[in-house]
Amino acid sequence: MILQMNGIQKSFGGLEVLKDISLHVDAGEVVSIIGPSGSGKSTLLRCATFLEKVDAGEITYMDTTAVRTGGDGHAVYLPHKELNSVKRYFGLVFQQFNLFPHYSVLKNVMDAPVHVQKRNKEEVREEAMAILKKMDLDTRADAYPCQLSGGQQQRVAIARALALKPAILFFDEPTSALDPELTGEVLKVIRQLAEEKMTMVVVTHEMPFARAVSNRVLFMDKGVVVEQGHPEDVFGDPQQERTRQFLRNYQR
Amino acid sequence: MSLSTMLASMGEGMLRTCLIFFLTLLFSLPLGMVIMFMRRSRILLIRGIAHILIAVLRGTPLMLQLLMWYFGPFYLFGWSIRGYRFTAIILGFSINYAAYFAEIYRGGFESISKGQYEAAEILGYSRVQTFFKIILPQVIKTILPSVTNEIITLVKDTSLAFTLAYNEMFSLAKQIAASQTSFMPFIIAGVFYFVANYAVAFGMERVEKALDYYH
Repeated sequence: MILQMNGIQKSFGGLEVLKDISLHVDAGEVVSIIGPSGSGKSTLLRCATFLEKVDAGEITYMDTTAVRTGGDGHAVYLPHKELNSVKRYFGLVFQQFNLFPHYSVLKNVMDAPVHVQKRNKEEVREEAMAILKKMDLDTRADAYPCQLSGGQQQRVAIARALALKPAILFFDEPTSALDPELTGEVLKVIRQLAEEKMTMVVVTHEMPFARAVSNRVLFMDKGVVVEQGHPEDVFGDPQQERTRQFLRNYQR
Repeated sequence: MSLSTMLASMGEGMLRTCLIFFLTLLFSLPLGMVIMFMRRSRILLIRGIAHILIAVLRGTPLMLQLLMWYFGPFYLFGWSIRGYRFTAIILGFSINYAAYFAEIYRGGFESISKGQYEAAEILGYSRVQTFFKIILPQVIKTILPSVTNEIITLVKDTSLAFTLAYNEMFSLAKQIAASQTSFMPFIIAGVFYFVANYAVAFGMERVEKALDYYH
């Protein structure tokens, strides 16, 4: 088991965004989360990566429980230092890439391993170049993000996340800021990672991609998981009316 | 009085002008950062203090502030401090400019997207690392043009030190012009300010160019 989330609840100013959500991810699994805008998909990822604090629920990475519900029903987080050591288990790829614009491609990828993980610079450089080569970006190592296309920038962002060797990688709508042509090159990279058995959770609107790549699909709506299962079941034979309705709207 | 004598007597004033200029920059640039952090503090009281401080410092003439710093201790508390004149000038200038710099910094920090902080957090950077490695370099690039403007204004504002009868360059120029019934000191003063500001603009443009490799 890589990640276990239980009974996650999250409200923003009285609006319940996540209502008792649970998510379990095993090593090597690719889980896709689909659903309409405002269904809480991104919030779930942001809670899993501690960018948002949950109101209640439990989050466990590997064998460390980072968040648990305390006696008063409110979530209790591990102290800062211990929480930080849990953070190294995961990476996150943002919709808006969020590369550091003042760093070259190579420095974007190398900087955290060198200055956060304090690893040997030469060793990191070799690894970073290998990852960039896999992303087909090794020739752009010295370029700056502003000189790259959106698709290239997102691949750098993926390389940057991979360089820290996370046990699980989250993607928050990784292709939503890209045009269809560039979407393809990013999905190809994610697909390649899936073949290498990288554990991933992908929030996406790319239905054919989710169907082809994931081991499991979660359909979320209004803060609850409406349906989940093998992609062929969820896409091919959805059990819930809400799922059918959502998928119909996508088949245009 | 010959031109060279005039220049020689104004020379010391130029040094004093430069001294005001550099000391003000030295104190106001970091102090502005402190005021900016107060202005962005989570604690309402600190935020409020910074807000009022900035409003007063920007809302009243620098000349008046200089007079306040110099005469305030005596009239308010009955203190007479020896050799306080120059300190009062540097206090007045530094604190006034710090308020302006604080607002420039604030604009710079607010222009950085939340995503930069979130990416840094996910990658495990500490708060200090995030500030110095990720955020500050981008802020500096953003605020450079506004800072250049402020520095150029400072060069010219140094002449306000005459309010406290401090013999900086412009005060001397006026004295010499009056005693010699000559227009020349004003021309020299004008050339001095112009050259100084041209140098500032040139230098800052070089820095901007150096940071032009990304946007």
